[in-house]
Amino acid sequence: MAQRIAVLVEHLEGQPTDVTFELLGLARRIANTNGAPVEALLFGQGVRHLAETIPADRVVLVEDPRLRYLTPEATAVTLAALLRADPPRLALIPNTSLGMDVAAWVAAALDWPLIAYCEGLEARDGQLVATAQLFGGKILADVRIDDRPTVISALAGAFAADAMQPEPPGTIERRDPPSELAALHTRSVVLERPEAADVDITRAEKIVAVGRGIESKDNLELAEQLAQALGAVLAASRPLVDAGWLPRSRQVGKSGLKVKPKLYFALGISGAPEHLEGMKDAELIIAVNKDPKAPIFSVADYGVVADLFEVAEALLERLEG
Amino acid sequence: MTIVVVMEQVPDVVEELAIAPSGTDLDRDAVSYVVNEYDDHALEEALLLAEATGDEVVAVGIDTTGELDQALYTALAKGARRAIKLTGDFEGTWLSTRAAARLLVPVIQELEPRLVLTGVQAPDDLDGQLAPTLAALLGWPHASVVIGSQLVDGAVQVRKELWGGMTMTLELELPAVLGVQAARQAPRYVPISRVRQVMREASIETRDVETPGDLAPAIMRLRFPEEAGQAEILTGSASEIADRIIELLRARGLL
Ligand SMILES: Cc1cc2nc3c(=O)[nH]c(=O)nc-3n(C[C@H](O)[C@H](O)[C@H](O)COP(=O)(O)OP(=O)(O)OC[C@H]3O[C@@H](n4cnc5c(N)ncnc54)[C@H](O)[C@@H]3O)c2cc1C
Repeated sequence: MAQRIAVLVEHLEGQPTDVTFELLGLARRIANTNGAPVEALLFGQGVRHLAETIPADRVVLVEDPRLRYLTPEATAVTLAALLRADPPRLALIPNTSLGMDVAAWVAAALDWPLIAYCEGLEARDGQLVATAQLFGGKILADVRIDDRPTVISALAGAFAADAMQPEPPGTIERRDPPSELAALHTRSVVLERPEAADVDITRAEKIVAVGRGIESKDNLELAEQLAQALGAVLAASRPLVDAGWLPRSRQVGKSGLKVKPKLYFALGISGAPEHLEGMKDAELIIAVNKDPKAPIFSVADYGVVADLFEVAEALLERLEG
Repeated sequence: MTIVVVMEQVPDVVEELAIAPSGTDLDRDAVSYVVNEYDDHALEEALLLAEATGDEVVAVGIDTTGELDQALYTALAKGARRAIKLTGDFEGTWLSTRAAARLLVPVIQELEPRLVLTGVQAPDDLDGQLAPTLAALLGWPHASVVIGSQLVDGAVQVRKELWGGMTMTLELELPAVLGVQAARQAPRYVPISRVRQVMREASIETRDVETPGDLAPAIMRLRFPEEAGQAEILTGSASEIADRIIELLRARGLL
């Protein structure tokens, strides 16, 4: 087994995603401790030009029409074939929608250990230790990485990107598509973009965001009034959107939108990692939650441990009165 | 034909969690268990599929809590035709995903389903999600983060959510495994009286299974997220808090 750190390059519509650069940054920091090379694994069709934009010592490129979209099966079999042929020390995969299809599949297929929801990774006394976020972000688990090659599925937004291109620029190595691609069970693939939204929450300066603590659709009116009084737009956590109370365009988080407003006022949102991913970079975060242990308080600047209805009503009274 | 739904009970993360003295598990005595919310969505999606095709839904679970019956009876009350519970030496332990998958694979193979659905993730799946793990061990195609599905001529068409409202629609040959994020409609409600009736009329099939070798994930230590960087907590009456918030916003030119 090599000491090399491999990173799966996630890309969509001709662009590597932000998390790809975050994982490359992480790989570089780990590699610096032992001089190991960072290897980026780039799969796709017509993506050769992306290879030059990727800060890695080596970019392994596999191009094939069946990899035009990073579908679960095609990506997983290609990744497993490469890793099996030449196991790295670590394989870093983003814990995104695309990465979630792949990381556990590859680890199980190779019978390698996997640490999911990774938000920290460091060498301590020559030992690699990963930190994973569990139980809705309420508990962290430190896990020692043993000597086997290990798959890490890492949270988006948890690691700093490393903008530095290695000097001289890395090499690009083209590999043949693995034979497994000839026997795929995935037939057709279509990407769909969301319909145009009434409000673009990614451009809003102020956001009032509500979560399951709001309890009912009727209570949204109070939140909407508060948003108006503050000159903010209303956004929500995922369960409210799943329930059909607000359109998908108002959802903040991993599968929703990433926002960076001047004010993010969160009411009755627990702060699951998937939600935090979309809003933790807001300039000012104020959170109201009746649970003092709610993880939202770990990213908030100001917290209120109270009933959201009481706080919202008191605020409205002042703003409108 | 058969659609299998794998259901798991997990600690309710809305409740306060405590860490056991060993430092490597939750204090299980202080935990209250609920059905993994995404498994509930998987069940709903399976029932919707079965209603359209006449398939039979079989709910399968590993009883790590001693309380799985409730979840399985509820599944039967909602429309599952059979419920199978795997029991063994693992009650009260933190079963890794890999170990759970190894226990489930023989049962799934015996049932010969055309689809296996389970929740996209669980609050404790430290070594990865169950759906892709099962898919790898079974050698079947799969997709995660599924928000809708439809059986079409030898395949299942699934909508997989990416981000920002973007979706990918895939057609997977059967049999296939789906990790469900959200069913097409909110999980149905079933009155407790109906569950009680099912408890009298139907039964759960129990299989005693061999304890897998590698039970728990290799945890050094569990801890709570650090206090540092935590919010400054505003205290007082609701109106005092409202005053403070308005003051804060004014000071930053946000009002
Ligand atoms: C692949 C994937 C993608 C996901 N993407 C997203 C995403 O984009 N966005 C997202 O938000 N989630 C996403 N999730 C879901 C996420 O894991 C959480 O389930 C979700 O964020 C929880 O929403 P919530 O905080 O509103 O609800 P809960 O976690 O149920 O929290 C409700 C909170 O309200 C508090 N509360 C209740 N009543 C009151 C009251 N009267 N006053 C004050 N506080 C009260 C409670 O203490 C609790 O903390 C995703 C999950 C997966 C698996």
